[in-house]
Amino acid sequence: MTAVLAIEDLSLVFRTRHGTVQALEDVSLTVDRGEIVGVVGESGSGKSVMAYAALGLQDPAARILGGRIVFGGLDVLNAAPDVMAATRGREIAMIFQSPRTALNPIRKVGLQIADVLLEHTAVRRSDVRQQAIDALARVRIPDPERRYEAYPFELSGGMCQRVMIAMALACSPSLLIADEPTTGLDVTTQAVIMDLIREMSRGARMSTLLITHDLAVAGEYCDRIAVMHAGHIVEEAPTVELLQRPAHPYTRQLLASTPTPQSTIDQLVSIPGQLPDLRSELPACRFSARCDRHVSACDERPLPWTALSPNHLVRCRVPL
Amino acid sequence: MHFFWKRVLGTIPSLVGVVLVTFLLSHALPGDPAAFFAGPAANATSIAEVRAKLGLDRSLPVQFLHYVDDLRRGNLGNSLTTGQPVLHDLLERLPASIELTLFALIFAVAVGLPLGVWAATRPDSAIDHACRALVSVGAAFPTFFIGLLFVYLFYYLFGIAPQPVGRLNEILYTAPPRVTGAYTVDSVIAGDWGVLRASFAQMVLPAISLGMFALAPIARITRAAMLQALGSDFIRTARASGLPARKILFTYAFRNALLPVANVLGMVFSFLLGGSVLIEQVYGWQGVGAYAVTAVISSDYAAVQGFVLTMALLYVLLNLVIDLLATAIDPRVRFES
Amino acid sequence: MATSSFALNAAHAFGENRLTLVAVVILALLVLCALFGPLLAPYPPLMTDGTARLVPPSSAHLFGTDALGRDILSRVVVAARLDLGMAVAAALLSFAIGLTLGAIAGYFGGWPDRIISRVMDTIMAFPLFVLAMGIVAALGNSVLNVIIATVVINLPFYCRFARAEVNVRREVGYVEAARMGGNRALNVLFHYIVPNILPPMMVQVSLNMGWAILNAAGLSFIGLGVRPPAPEWGIMVSEGASFIISGEWWTFVFPGAALVLAVFCFNLLGDGLRDLLDPKRRI
Repeated sequence: MTAVLAIEDLSLVFRTRHGTVQALEDVSLTVDRGEIVGVVGESGSGKSVMAYAALGLQDPAARILGGRIVFGGLDVLNAAPDVMAATRGREIAMIFQSPRTALNPIRKVGLQIADVLLEHTAVRRSDVRQQAIDALARVRIPDPERRYEAYPFELSGGMCQRVMIAMALACSPSLLIADEPTTGLDVTTQAVIMDLIREMSRGARMSTLLITHDLAVAGEYCDRIAVMHAGHIVEEAPTVELLQRPAHPYTRQLLASTPTPQSTIDQLVSIPGQLPDLRSELPACRFSARCDRHVSACDERPLPWTALSPNHLVRCRVPL
Repeated sequence: MHFFWKRVLGTIPSLVGVVLVTFLLSHALPGDPAAFFAGPAANATSIAEVRAKLGLDRSLPVQFLHYVDDLRRGNLGNSLTTGQPVLHDLLERLPASIELTLFALIFAVAVGLPLGVWAATRPDSAIDHACRALVSVGAAFPTFFIGLLFVYLFYYLFGIAPQPVGRLNEILYTAPPRVTGAYTVDSVIAGDWGVLRASFAQMVLPAISLGMFALAPIARITRAAMLQALGSDFIRTARASGLPARKILFTYAFRNALLPVANVLGMVFSFLLGGSVLIEQVYGWQGVGAYAVTAVISSDYAAVQGFVLTMALLYVLLNLVIDLLATAIDPRVRFES
Repeated sequence: MATSSFALNAAHAFGENRLTLVAVVILALLVLCALFGPLLAPYPPLMTDGTARLVPPSSAHLFGTDALGRDILSRVVVAARLDLGMAVAAALLSFAIGLTLGAIAGYFGGWPDRIISRVMDTIMAFPLFVLAMGIVAALGNSVLNVIIATVVINLPFYCRFARAEVNVRREVGYVEAARMGGNRALNVLFHYIVPNILPPMMVQVSLNMGWAILNAAGLSFIGLGVRPPAPEWGIMVSEGASFIISGEWWTFVFPGAALVLAVFCFNLLGDGLRDLLDPKRRI
């Protein structure tokens, strides 16, 4: 299976007035053709930072310390700006959380889709309106002709997310990055949107990178899941394997703290401690302070990957 | 359309307020209003005559009704200094002031908008610092001082500006036949390019002096609004969609930044209308501002009142235009109520 | 109020922001001129000298002399009293009245709010300088009336700000607690809420002060308020204006520069105070 996206040993920091934030360290991840890969972690774990880097959209204060990102043969980190601009929206697309603020508030949604089509495809101006309407229809927006003329504030959150998906998929990209696409939506809408994403992925044999803090959502929709903690990927496995045989203490704790319909308030467990301060001197394993299995060997660098099976990797000296 | 009329009707409270305030200022303050209108040279008999003629011996509400009725008929009284009806004096001079203010606005916008955009796209660069310095320092200069400095520098020292004798050097040129009252426009209509050049040359320095004070808030708000727009979520989406930099900057960021700019235009117009009085004084511009200054000094009260009323009405109208402009830029406004 | 930590913060912020510190120093000098002008001036500001008319800046007269032979430096120094005095009086009065009205409007809402807001909107319906002209013309040409006019046109600024700030704080925890504790509404308003909005309002006073100075100077420039021979920056610029075309620039440049300096420093002070209180608002 050819990798559509390959992130190899990516290390990234932010230089800020209050110190250097070690946002990502030796992060590696691949997304193969047609699969849905989930990246799960708490907020601040670096999931979005990694996603923006894959698009070449990292913050101006970011510095790449090492590693590569290869997208379909293109070296993203060293690509020319115009090459990247041509790739974004065309070959890689991204959708964001809070869809209403992620759309231009004073521009009709249909026009926003049309802008993308005009930029990346050879469509004629006379045809672009219809193509945009078709894109809206593909994501099951009712009455797409009328919705073309709508402004984001006239649409519900779920509708706005559909519009964003339509915009992202308008040029049939080979990779879709979905950054917390369901955050801010009500539960029913969440399911509907996720179903839509999955359907669109399967239908177009498109790869999807799903970023979420919700392990339940990842478990439901992803083929493979990578777990992130404080700028590290700590475990990576096919979904069923990860959920049934978690090997990293953090993964286990994440699973334990994920509420199920049957759990009661007293059954909810939270993970002790907090994310370490990424500006400070950090140990080899950034989970050590919160881990109950910590041994002195855990502090030796470099922290190795252990393969429990060919596709189940964990970065821990004392895996479960 | 329904929305348009609603906005127009929304100006009525302001109009009522303006008429009421100008009425109170002349009729309801301590002192004898009849003496005001009769002027400083009046004696007891003429004051009594004026009192009867203007109905100032009636009760206040009745006086107000008379006042409104007079306004309706366009009767703003007579000017003591010119002897003419105030309305006539004002209408004759209004185009000059509007022309000046318009050019000042065009200057302020033409320089302020690009400057603010440029500064926002290159944070912490030389142009950004220059913009911020201009904004701070420009806001500290009194309009009349800038005007005088410009005259000194460009007329006296460098000799590149024409003599500040007002709208046109009457010795060398004749004013074009009056169509709008604005010399620049009328000379184009008459095809008189010499007068166009001359009147435009006379306009440059006053318009820029007046516009400088308006430039500061426009540049500042544009810069701030662009910075905010460029940092917002929808720009991130636009970048992620691979839209070209130019489109992101203008169609996406700039149009959104125009909203706060439109909002600050109200304050800018207040400055411009007030500042025009001072600039007309400095440059000898024959507009309503200069007329009003003479009127105030010579206690020509009807003229002052007419002036205040006219400027206020103009301001209400301008604010209405800005309001409608804001709606054109931001469709959300239409749905507010 | 944690005044000691505020002072520490202030010292730190001012240390960081040299420009604000410079502004404070210059303002202090101007206040000194305002208070002790006649003592500091090298010549009596009203003393004319027919032999020394329109003398350019020289060692005897650092800023030169005007058409009546009066020393401009002395007049500029002494003028600080009128210019700053008028502006400060107007700003403080406007602040006090605007704060009270705005607080009432913001706290009680309903009819008080509607009436007060309507009045403020009516004032704002005029170009402010024009309204000031009208008020001075109506009340009579005097310094007091210029101050009154300046108070009126600055009212909406303070009133709206106070109204917004009080509105935001109305439902906050400690206010609720005060209400529960049985305090009467006015008490809650003026003893609990208002002290908390004073810091941001101080920023507004400082930012507004420059505008008040410009306003008063503008009115004197066109002949309203201050009369000759009183030394005041606006009127001095007006007197000096006639000499531009003969090149005697010092007659109007120095008083004008004094105006610019004063306004600029108040603006810097206001910006510095705002950064101190709420760095996020820094533009």
